[in-house]
Amino acid sequence: MLSLLYEILTTIRRNKMRTFLTGFAVAWGIFMLIVLLGSGNGLKNAFSENWGDRLINVVQVWGGRTNIPYAGFQSGRWIELDNKDIQFTAAEFSDEVNFAIGNVQLGSKNISYGTEYLASNLQGGSPQRLIVAGLKMAQGRYINDLDIREKRKSIVISQRAKEILFKKDDAIGKKVNVAGINYTVVGVYYIDDRQDATDSHIPLSTAQIVYNRGINVSNLSFTLSDKINDEPSNTDFMNRYKKRFARQHQISPDDDNAIWYSNRFESYLEISNVNRFINIAVWIIGIFTLLSGIVGVSNIMLITVRERTREFGIRKAIGASPLSILKLVVLESIFITTIFGYIGLMCGVGLTELLAGFFASGGGESRSIFVNPTVDINVAIQATLLLIIAGTLAGFFPALKAVKIKTIEALNNR
Amino acid sequence: MSTIIKLKNINKTYYNGAPLHVLKGIDLEINRGELVSIMGASGSGKSTLLNILGILDNYDTGEYHLNNELIKNLSETQAAHFRNKLIGFIFQSFNLISFKNAMENVALPLYYQKVSRKARNKIALEYLDKLGLKEWAHHMPNELSGGQKQRVAIARALISKPQIILADEPTGALDSKTSAEVLEVLKKVNATGMTMIIVTHESGVANMTNKIIRLKDGIIEKIEDNSEHNISAFGIQNIK
Repeated sequence: MLSLLYEILTTIRRNKMRTFLTGFAVAWGIFMLIVLLGSGNGLKNAFSENWGDRLINVVQVWGGRTNIPYAGFQSGRWIELDNKDIQFTAAEFSDEVNFAIGNVQLGSKNISYGTEYLASNLQGGSPQRLIVAGLKMAQGRYINDLDIREKRKSIVISQRAKEILFKKDDAIGKKVNVAGINYTVVGVYYIDDRQDATDSHIPLSTAQIVYNRGINVSNLSFTLSDKINDEPSNTDFMNRYKKRFARQHQISPDDDNAIWYSNRFESYLEISNVNRFINIAVWIIGIFTLLSGIVGVSNIMLITVRERTREFGIRKAIGASPLSILKLVVLESIFITTIFGYIGLMCGVGLTELLAGFFASGGGESRSIFVNPTVDINVAIQATLLLIIAGTLAGFFPALKAVKIKTIEALNNR
Repeated sequence: MSTIIKLKNINKTYYNGAPLHVLKGIDLEINRGELVSIMGASGSGKSTLLNILGILDNYDTGEYHLNNELIKNLSETQAAHFRNKLIGFIFQSFNLISFKNAMENVALPLYYQKVSRKARNKIALEYLDKLGLKEWAHHMPNELSGGQKQRVAIARALISKPQIILADEPTGALDSKTSAEVLEVLKKVNATGMTMIIVTHESGVANMTNKIIRLKDGIIEKIEDNSEHNISAFGIQNIK
């Protein structure tokens, strides 16, 4: 085995250009594939990151103004949502809806604590709003069922509001004044670039009582169950829900202006489709890159083996069996493709890691569209192995053909 | 003297286009230690005969015994084994592997006998020394003269201690002075008891052999006993 290895090394060392060309084709193929897959992953990761912790299955509904006269009503009627909408959504669509909540938007209110104050968008909501909005608590808790039931004057403020009002002091349990009414701070939520830094949340029941909203809500949100898992089921559900909603408020089923819907699941499906497209595109390009690498290696191996026909004839004349020559060529191919495949792999992984570091440190404008452009190492290794196998086969078949040539014909090959 | 090569009614036809009957019933016996030349015009079948003797090519009918073994319908692997153990080749165009140095070229047959690298390089150096090329051991073929290349090829042919040496126009690519030197080496090798068969079209080369086989149109026209010769190739007297 050592002799064979030395024989291979001698051949490689003395045929530098041939070795380099074969190796370069392998290394380049792997390098490009990894960079490409990494870029695709970077785009996909960016989509995922932008989506964040928000639920993908949320539908929001707002009242609008009718455009079509219906059931004795003139057009131009404002549709107001109320608690009954929340109730029928949860009760009649229990198979498709996990939970439904209402939200009251109370507009901008001054919140003060001592001499500090800020303007905040006050909202009345339910405990599940924490999940729907993807909020994360920094301190304390969110609004709970007891707050709702007892119509407590509890308030959850943002971290930014806390910093303005309380500086470094603890806010939990402190009373803040919201346009003349005192609320107890029960929680502080983290803010990121998706949340409005000045939103403050109070219990829905409190908001309806204190601000004379009766049973009205500004909008309602609900989450879809696992039954709604694709485009057809989503479309079918939304059609049925819209009809029911139209009946509830006596509006024309064809009136698109009366009720407004925002279905996050639809957006998610669209983004999923984009992701799927990116995935397919990257793999198609990757496979073609790999194929071009394979073709390059095959071509070089084909020419190499053809060039070496006479050498094989000489070897056979002095006692080499066909198998020993085949072994020599195949092991040489494996050796070259493995070494250069590894180099390509390392360079590709190195570059993607470098880019990942660059984008993670906030470098460049592309941060939001390019996140962690790295490749699963298993995929990288599998691609390298594939190219090694391809390079080996590319050497094997011409070598098999070459050793089958009669020794005397091989010797006479020029 | 015992017979090392025995050919009985050997026929060979090539079928590239119209059939070409190259060897027509060749009967031949060559004894151990003989120095034999095969002569003939172009197309007479001398190279084909040498290829069959070297198990580089098959024959159609007849029998070929080499070292008392029937050489017929061998697989490539069996043929390679016989060539490695029994036959040393010297070619007109040297057939050295261009990316191996002189020592590695000489040592190559031992690689196929599974001799370790260290041992085979040591033996190769000894053979190169015998042929006056020790200083050139690490030179590549393109750094050697024609005569040096052929001496490397001779060393390679000898290193596996074969039973016979087959030389196909060994001086064909050399000038007369270098040819004489190479022939002198071959003569010395034969003097050690090695059977040697030389295909040549040069009468000077044939004249230094003990037996001259003249081929014409695929048949042995004449076998001349030349054992009493005292004229060496190219007129150089009594090579020692």
